Amino acid sequence: MTDQLDATWTWLRTSPLLGVLLTLGAYRLGRVVHERSGRHAATQPVLIAVVAIAAFLLLADVSYDEYLRGADLVVFLLGPATVALAVPLHRQAAHLKRLLVPLLVGVPLGVVVSVSLGYGLVRLLGGGDELALTMAPKAATTPVSIVLSEQVGGIAALTAVLTIFVGIMSAVLGPWVMTRARIRHPHARGVAMGSVSHGIGTSRSLADDPEEGAFAGLAMGLTAFATAVLIPLLLAGLSRLV
Amino acid sequence: MTSSARPGSTRFVDGLLWLTGFWLVGELLVRLTGLPVPGAVAGMLLLFVALQVRRPAATSSVLTAADGLLSHLQLLFIPAGVGIVAVLATVRDAALPLAVAFVVSWVVGLVLVGWTVTLLLPRGDRGRRTGEPGAPGGAAS
Repeated sequence: MTDQLDATWTWLRTSPLLGVLLTLGAYRLGRVVHERSGRHAATQPVLIAVVAIAAFLLLADVSYDEYLRGADLVVFLLGPATVALAVPLHRQAAHLKRLLVPLLVGVPLGVVVSVSLGYGLVRLLGGGDELALTMAPKAATTPVSIVLSEQVGGIAALTAVLTIFVGIMSAVLGPWVMTRARIRHPHARGVAMGSVSHGIGTSRSLADDPEEGAFAGLAMGLTAFATAVLIPLLLAGLSRLV
Repeated sequence: MTSSARPGSTRFVDGLLWLTGFWLVGELLVRLTGLPVPGAVAGMLLLFVALQVRRPAATSSVLTAADGLLSHLQLLFIPAGVGIVAVLATVRDAALPLAVAFVVSWVVGLVLVGWTVTLLLPRGDRGRRTGEPGAPGGAAS
């Protein structure tokens, strides 16, 4: 009997079923907790799910690679989901002309600030070049930040984690910080959220106000583009400075 | 399956086909031109142009599929976040530089972009707050 249990567990831990079920189940749990807490900002479903799955993997001694066998099937959907961000943008296209100048100035400014401060501060505080390069692209959405991290010589897996957690921090604290800084216009709030915290910040903005969410989605797409274009130039300049 | 409103409807599949189709076209474009953006972002820009030109009905398959995916955007980021278990040792060894750079670059970026966009918005529309209707002539333009 124990032999059969062991064999079954060995099968399950290497089966894609485990990663898919854990991810879907933990997300569902995250949504329930978020609703029960009256949609409190600190209970973002992604945060609850990540903590729950990480705890399970550590307790059950399942490696991240084993989990990814199934979880990669979920990650695949980020492709069509990124394409899908064209839809909220399409619905807000009437606002686009008025926002063209603010976007063309604001988004590149955001990229310059997050790449320079991210890279520069890690270097200045003694974190080393590899970790500084790992921090640099974290504000771009995950599929982009991972590719850019590999391209510039960072640790892609750590960039992915930093990207997710900057998104979570922004979803929890971003709107509060912006209100303290007297940033109140929904377009300004949306662009700021999308610029520094990609899809996870966008999901918080979409929940707060549909107009804010559409511009967060747009800023996220433009930030991905601007980061990819600017990061080689910025890093070439910064590596000489710091 | 008989659970959907119209049994045998292909709307769900059609929507996914459009999204993955634009993704593929985006990937091909990026690969053939050497543009420095991911294929999915190129696909997003192409779909935006296509939507602006074709203006599909609100109930069209591509809009429905997009809304469905975007309402669960946080789900798709969970696997990458769980990667924390694989990089814990690296993070612990350089906790201070990583934490300071992480928080400072985020908060300065957020506030500077927010202020810049506010300042560059058309006058008369700047005082608007999230949740309030747009200034006269503003939101409708």
